[in-house]
Amino acid sequence: MSDILRYFRQDMLPHIWCPGCGHGTVTGALVRAIDRLGLSKNKVCIVSGIGCSSRAVGYLDFDTLHTTHGRAIAFATGIKLARPELTVIVMTGDGDCAAIGGNHFIHAARRNIGITTIVMNNNIYGMTSGQYSPMTPKGMYGTTAPYGNVERSFDLCELAKASGATYVGRATSYHVPLLIDLIHSALQNKGFSVVEAISQCPTYMGRKNKIGGAVEMLEWIKDGTVNVKAAAALGPEKTKGKILIGELHNESQSEYTADYDELIARVQRKYDKFQGGIYGCASNSD
Amino acid sequence: MAKTVKLMQGNEACTIGALAAGLEFYAGYPITPSTEIAELCAEELPKVGGKFIQMEDEIGSIAACIGASLTGKKTMTATSGPGFSLMQESIGYASLCEVPVVIIDVQRMGPSTGMPTSLAQGDVMQARWGTHGDHPVIALAPGNVRECFDLTIRAFDLAETYRVPVIVLSDETIGHMREKVVLPDPSEIRPVRRAAPTSPAGYKPYAADQDGGVPLMAPFGEGYRWHVTGLFHNEMGRPTNSGEIASDTLHRLARKIEKNADALADYAAESLEDCEIAVVSFGSSAMSGLSAVRRARKEGVKAGMLRLKTIWPFPEKVVAELAARAKCVIVPEMNLGQIALEVERVAAGRAPVQRLGKVNGELFRPEEVYAAIMNAARGDDAAGDGARGAAGEAR
Repeated sequence: MSDILRYFRQDMLPHIWCPGCGHGTVTGALVRAIDRLGLSKNKVCIVSGIGCSSRAVGYLDFDTLHTTHGRAIAFATGIKLARPELTVIVMTGDGDCAAIGGNHFIHAARRNIGITTIVMNNNIYGMTSGQYSPMTPKGMYGTTAPYGNVERSFDLCELAKASGATYVGRATSYHVPLLIDLIHSALQNKGFSVVEAISQCPTYMGRKNKIGGAVEMLEWIKDGTVNVKAAAALGPEKTKGKILIGELHNESQSEYTADYDELIARVQRKYDKFQGGIYGCASNSD
Repeated sequence: MAKTVKLMQGNEACTIGALAAGLEFYAGYPITPSTEIAELCAEELPKVGGKFIQMEDEIGSIAACIGASLTGKKTMTATSGPGFSLMQESIGYASLCEVPVVIIDVQRMGPSTGMPTSLAQGDVMQARWGTHGDHPVIALAPGNVRECFDLTIRAFDLAETYRVPVIVLSDETIGHMREKVVLPDPSEIRPVRRAAPTSPAGYKPYAADQDGGVPLMAPFGEGYRWHVTGLFHNEMGRPTNSGEIASDTLHRLARKIEKNADALADYAAESLEDCEIAVVSFGSSAMSGLSAVRRARKEGVKAGMLRLKTIWPFPEKVVAELAARAKCVIVPEMNLGQIALEVERVAAGRAPVQRLGKVNGELFRPEEVYAAIMNAARGDDAAGDGARGAAGEAR
């Protein structure tokens, strides 16, 4: 445990999350996965957007970037393309990623750029105090869904897979060892990886929907999910309405920034005699 | 390599200027009339080991540029009105977080989709105040193709020096116009790079105690492990709710530009020494204005031309000095009076200011400005008559 603290900016603690919030558990899982991989703190960049989830990066002792709402993946795309050797991680939430940031999410997946995106899904906008999000299940309540949510929700993992993400997994703040394993695997995938981490928001989701406090919410999460391997054995009848957790997709595809570096090598071979480009200013790009 | 002599368009000159300044990363989204910049960057950047990416929208484009800039790279995006609108939030982010980035806005007719292939200069105030909150900004306006090259280089130098987003306010005519351009030998260009700390030990990312009040900027990935946030932050970059720190920050950000306003002011003057009828303009409008001034001079009217190359911070000194001795100041621009508002503010009643706004998408004909000059010389229509001047709008 004390080893884990070295990944945190201890002057920033305690965190601002509510008592019982699951986001600290998810952040802890990320740090444990990084620790297990033995990554250098100096070569990891963690980027976030806006919302409860996105405050995580302020507590972490890496190069960290707390950006504008929904844009974390776009900022991260710039970092990864400029410095492909860095490990680039995005920490985002269900509103930040699936609503305002949805376009960047699907296009990063399409490019298969080497970014690991951890979506802390608490099914609600917590920071603005409980509005429904694109991940709020139909029929559940939020301050902007006072009569129950009439919209359907995303299956973000299916969206990621359909958009081209090469590693997709889902775990929860209840299933912590699984969550660490999935993040550990995601960080090793060269392309775009998505780990959805279902997390409890007792303050708004729990209260608005009369689920209860943190413990009851964790039980609600546990009861509402089933491991993808177990689901295969149980059959569709017994798993109806349950959310699948585990590794949902894993394929090997070439990664975007590596492909771009190959393009540069190819172009430079072809245009060797024009080294320096149209105006001979290579010397200015040190 | 010696001088380069070439027929090229403004957008091309902007791109070559960016490369000469050391551009390493471009992220953009296609939009008329700026697209040639993206196309040329896509072709040229790989040749010099740089990166080009076509993002899913302009919001992502500016975001990717800011991300790449944080790794120490020189970054640029180019766009036009609708895309410029989409970039505004993150331009404010770059202002508060003090991340250098260059944005080329090749202005077109707006608002909204407007007339995408037609000329306008309607983004002057958006360049200044497009993002929310008080913030520093620098905007430069090239008036010919060679200046697209020069001012893009300057935009990079200023972005790196002051750690601010710098906007190059080009326009459809300047961007697409082709001229013979003589470019200097690349070795004559000495691009500026941001000041960086030498060691992570004791690094305070927003400590602005050195000369100029611009903090040292560490690249990501080099062991500094610093935090960047669009929340107000203390000198360690940590978020804060302190009103005192927020106030100090906003004052410092404003000051780092304001106190250098003289050095930032850039303009071209013609026949201003004895001028009675002053034309103040910028970008493509100034081309017609200059032609009109020269013709009026031949007719014996003491007309002069002040062409602004720096738009923001507004070059107050030179305009105030001119207003103090001119009988009339005429401001032709392809909008309904955005620069004229600034000229009026600075003139402060010392000379009547005549707005000559035109918004039909067609460049001023020199005779429109000429007619305004001659009317003013005769004492007709002297100023203050609202958005339409003597020449009014071609209908």
